[in-house]
Amino acid sequence: MKQFKRLTTPYMLWAAAMIVVPLIMIVLYTFTEEGNSVLTFSFTLDNFTRFAEGTYVNVILKSFRLGLLTTGLCLLLGYPMAFFISRFSEKTQALLILLVTIPEWINMLLRTYAWMNLLSDNGIINQLLGLLGIDPVTMMYTDFSVVVGLVCNFMPFMIIPIHTSLSKMDKSLIEAAYDLGANKIQTFRKVIWKLSIPGVLNGIMMVFLLSVSTFVIPKLLGGGQYMLIGNLIETQFISVGDWNFGSAISMILAVIILVFMRLMKKMDPQED
Amino acid sequence: MKNKLIELKDLTKNFDDQQVLRGINLDIYENEFLTLLGPSGCGKTTTLRIIAGFDEPSSGQVLFNGIEISKVPPYKREINTVFQKYALFPYLNVADNIAFGLNLKKMDKSVIAQKVSRMLKMVGLEGFEKRDVTLLSGGQQQRVAIARALVNEPKVLLLDEPLGALDAKIRKQMQTELKKIQREVGITFIYVTHDQEEALSMSDAVVVMNNGEIQQIGSPTDIYNEPENRFVADFIGESNIIEGHMIKDFLVEFDGYTFECVDKGFPENEEIEVVLRPEDLDIVEPDKAQITGVVKNVTFKGVHYEIIVETESRTYMVHTTDYAEVGRKVGLSFGPEDIHVMWKMGAY
Repeated sequence: MKQFKRLTTPYMLWAAAMIVVPLIMIVLYTFTEEGNSVLTFSFTLDNFTRFAEGTYVNVILKSFRLGLLTTGLCLLLGYPMAFFISRFSEKTQALLILLVTIPEWINMLLRTYAWMNLLSDNGIINQLLGLLGIDPVTMMYTDFSVVVGLVCNFMPFMIIPIHTSLSKMDKSLIEAAYDLGANKIQTFRKVIWKLSIPGVLNGIMMVFLLSVSTFVIPKLLGGGQYMLIGNLIETQFISVGDWNFGSAISMILAVIILVFMRLMKKMDPQED
Repeated sequence: MKNKLIELKDLTKNFDDQQVLRGINLDIYENEFLTLLGPSGCGKTTTLRIIAGFDEPSSGQVLFNGIEISKVPPYKREINTVFQKYALFPYLNVADNIAFGLNLKKMDKSVIAQKVSRMLKMVGLEGFEKRDVTLLSGGQQQRVAIARALVNEPKVLLLDEPLGALDAKIRKQMQTELKKIQREVGITFIYVTHDQEEALSMSDAVVVMNNGEIQQIGSPTDIYNEPENRFVADFIGESNIIEGHMIKDFLVEFDGYTFECVDKGFPENEEIEVVLRPEDLDIVEPDKAQITGVVKNVTFKGVHYEIIVETESRTYMVHTTDYAEVGRKVGLSFGPEDIHVMWKMGAY
């Protein structure tokens, strides 16, 4: 295998240039003040103290709350979905998984605009409610609209890993549980659920990561006032132009996510 | 007289358009080591799965102690299974795997621990309680699977080719041990295999199956010595199968010669088939036998030589400790008790 090692060189160079160098620069930005030249840096922790005292902590808490809510809903809706898909014949399963992923082929912006059309005050849902004689309900620019957008966008990232772990499961283990006296509910709790935990953890990590750092969906479905950590970082870089503070927020988010992932890995019973 | 424990009555099973069981009738007794033997696709595993409750028969009945159970789910049956690939729960240690069934019954922890260690002792894995099942060898995993099934004190233990994945030496050892365990716990074992040697050496009764039908039920010696048809004779051990006529009781004709035999009860001049086991044939001087031929091939098999003799009508396989060189003219000798007459396939 050794002679093939050289083949990884282009990727290594690419990764160094496109991932490692930008990361180092973000770290550098995080710990410096504005207006540095290439040669002189003035290091500071101001960016962090600014974050800690501002309303920014609330923004991060809100992001995590929404991220957890989205992840929870995706799990609640996605697990049964994955479970029922895994019951079908292999051919049908492939088709159903295709159906689950088809929305992802369409640009996320487009899908989100579609939700705006559905949820707005004179949108399709409110028009239908009007036909039933119900007054219009404000759904746009609320937590509700943001969570709906997030759940719909990230659901496949929950369904697919869970489905994978359910469908590759050794069916004789399920039969063994029945055989040893477990009814259907006990078999689910003691065998199927246990064996699907790696998939569930993967799904949780994917959805949580995506929903905690997203900025397009909250911007469109939550409105301009709606601030999540992703939007905060975006405004720092794009509108405010304070790259140092923006980098610091990114770093904080990254560290929290790393800790979270570590904890998730620890929960996997098949992980030593 | 032993008690009937399980009765299969005219069991059939269709998967899509395919009929895998075509009317199985079988009585299984208490405390019996019964083997379902046959080539792959013969329906033996399906029969086992119907007894376990994993599959429902398309028609027919499964009686357990006289009560119809074919619609009873597996978790309500007093039957446990040892699976082909062990099916141990990878996230549980040895003790928790074995205790799976007992924990479901909400048994007292100390009682469970006691039962588990007793089982481990019986299968020869004392002190393995805390081991990780995924790190055990195939043979050890198999023992855990047997302990996990037996700890529930079932009336019947089903074993689906449990030794198939083990290497030859451990398989031999496990055969002896399984038989020992069966005697010790004194329950019915229903064992599925395609390995005829395994079936003959362990069983009280062997059920030979082919193509979704039972070909013969009998003790291992019956099955070997008195196969009922060409399939059984061919599948169990090696044999020379020769078409011939039953002239009258105790007199049979084949290859143009008449021989005395010990079979009777066939209609006169009935077309039949004769089995001559290779080890029952002896190589003698040509003038001392009716059938003569020329040695075509000799293979050394360890305990004996396998000698192929070509006669006027056919080739015979002979297993003998005497050597005969290729090209030699020899006679084939056998006694009346070595000739076994069978009904022709499809004639009954």
